[in-house]
Amino acid sequence: MASITLDNLGKVYPGGTRAVGGVNIDIADGEFIVLVGPSGCGKSTLLRMVAGLESISEGEVRIGDRVVNKIEPADRDIAMVFQNYALYPHMSVRQNLAYGLKNRKTPKADIEKRVAQASEILQIGPFLDRKPAALSGGQRQRVAMGRAIVREPAAFLFDEPLSNLDAKLRVAMRLEIKELQKRLRTTSLYVTHDQLEAMTLADRLVVLNGGQVEQIGTPLDVYRKPASAFVASFIGSPAMNLISASAVPHLPGTAHAGQIGIRPEDLTVTPDGPIAMNVLAVEELGAQRLVHGQTGGERITITLPSDAPLSDSMNLSYRPDALHLFDKDNGKRMD
Amino acid sequence: MIENRPGLNLLAHATLILGVCIVALPVWVAFVASTHGPTDFMSGTIPMWPGPHLVENYSQMLGAGVSTSGTPPVGTMMFNSLIMALSIAIGKIAISILSAFAVVYFRFPFRGLAFWCIFVTLMLPVEVRIVPTFQVVADLGLLNSYAGLSIPLIASATATFLFRQVFLTIPDELTEAARIDGAGPMKFFRDILLPLSRTNIAALFVILFIYGWNQYLWPLLITTSSDYYTIVAGIKRMADAVDGLPQWHLVMATAMLAMLPPVAVVVGMQRLFVKGLVETEK
Ligand SMILES: Nc1ncnc2c1ncn2[C@@H]1O[C@H](COP(=O)(O)OP(=O)(O)O)[C@@H](O)[C@H]1O
Ligand SMILES: [Mg+2]
Repeated sequence: MASITLDNLGKVYPGGTRAVGGVNIDIADGEFIVLVGPSGCGKSTLLRMVAGLESISEGEVRIGDRVVNKIEPADRDIAMVFQNYALYPHMSVRQNLAYGLKNRKTPKADIEKRVAQASEILQIGPFLDRKPAALSGGQRQRVAMGRAIVREPAAFLFDEPLSNLDAKLRVAMRLEIKELQKRLRTTSLYVTHDQLEAMTLADRLVVLNGGQVEQIGTPLDVYRKPASAFVASFIGSPAMNLISASAVPHLPGTAHAGQIGIRPEDLTVTPDGPIAMNVLAVEELGAQRLVHGQTGGERITITLPSDAPLSDSMNLSYRPDALHLFDKDNGKRMD
Repeated sequence: MIENRPGLNLLAHATLILGVCIVALPVWVAFVASTHGPTDFMSGTIPMWPGPHLVENYSQMLGAGVSTSGTPPVGTMMFNSLIMALSIAIGKIAISILSAFAVVYFRFPFRGLAFWCIFVTLMLPVEVRIVPTFQVVADLGLLNSYAGLSIPLIASATATFLFRQVFLTIPDELTEAARIDGAGPMKFFRDILLPLSRTNIAALFVILFIYGWNQYLWPLLITTSSDYYTIVAGIKRMADAVDGLPQWHLVMATAMLAMLPPVAVVVGMQRLFVKGLVETEK
């Protein structure tokens, strides 16, 4: 086990595409860090640089106190779980698990012990002699995790490991990964574009945008105090309402802001509320309903209990501390 | 498309049966001819039913051979053909799978050039370069040798392309997983690529074995010692016997025998062969 340090890390692909720039992250031993951001923001590139699958153009990656920039993936003491599982199709599950250990000349008895342990933890014992083709998606995912576990590496790297699973299984596996990581206490770096997955899994979140770090913090910190309008719009579901300050000039304290953010759940319906909204559409979610509307030409969404009365126009109010103000020029948080 | 009309089925079967008959007729004629005596062909009509000389003809061919044509016994020629076909098939597969491996997985200087050089050889089959190739082989003293029979036919762009295509269907993530699992290039080749190309290798083997077995012009050109005659070229030599009539019954018996090894290879490897041709997913 080890800490991981990304020091001013950057990547320029041959051809000149800058995928990542100036990334600094300190990952403590045993910590679960989730890299989250929209597709194409450089998450995979970052992870692959840590894994050693992509060369490092700028900066440094340290695992423990060792600079690993020039070290082969196999010698970095990491294990990676891929999106499409990347199991060896011609090997049985057992051989898949054992392959990396065999290449490292681990004694046979030791390999057997570790495979048995991993298959017990992941409950893949019954499939050990099957080929991956004879497994369901969820089972393959477990095998892929098993392959990482048996190695007992300093760190796990996950690249969107759940995105090939159906929604229900994804939620179940998410929890399993979380429990597994708590139990093994292995430093983990996990990539996803799914903000909900990121929120539920992470000890700390790293929100990426255009190859740059927008914010690092615990899920609640990021949720409560998004560092920029981008983070505000990306984290939380339904997304935070972002309206330009000029659309609601009468709100107090918003004079210098470019955008005003307020979460749908922070808005309440009150007859004399300062924001007047025309209702455009209602989505029923069962436990609650999402009401979409318009104010001063800006779209706005609120969540209401499913038994709340509806009307074509509503007046909304909010607690003053629920307001997030973002700068006109750079979109950064203003307090 | 799944059609379920009896009329169509009938038509389809009739077409297939007709096709089989057209292909099988010459084989049948050859078989029938190989069971008759030497005089049965003088009459001008070709017999359509087997005659009584089957055992006699075949045992003569397998034993002594035809003395008049200067060809060795069939056994020797079959053995030569077998060596040649196996060397060509195995050699081609070994070389092309390695070159495809290099082209797909390594970034070396002049990689593009190397690839194009391989590509260009597509336009140069033996028949086109037969005179210079003969010169080279003769200068190297490889006339009348197994090496001379097979080496000039081994380089193969087609097989290289096939393996390149196969390797390109193998997901990058699998390669990366193997890298993280500590498999170096050759280990990756042996443990991952070879097993994953198994069916393609088998399909290619069948095709190349038959290609090698059926080589005619090249062996005819470079073998002057009967010790190195191959069977396909040998049949030709038997057929133009100088001092006498061609002994068709014996020629046909040899032809029948010459067909057996390719048939055996196809039948034996049929399952893998078909899989290798139709399988696309890795
Ligand atoms: N091999 C490559 N060559 C050039 N550009 C690449 C390569 N891989 C990724 N990119 C570019 O780098 C950026 C980040 O990609 P990636 O890290 O895969 O994003 P993410 O995983 O967040 O979706 C994208 O703009 C992508 O087009
Ligand atoms: Mg990605």
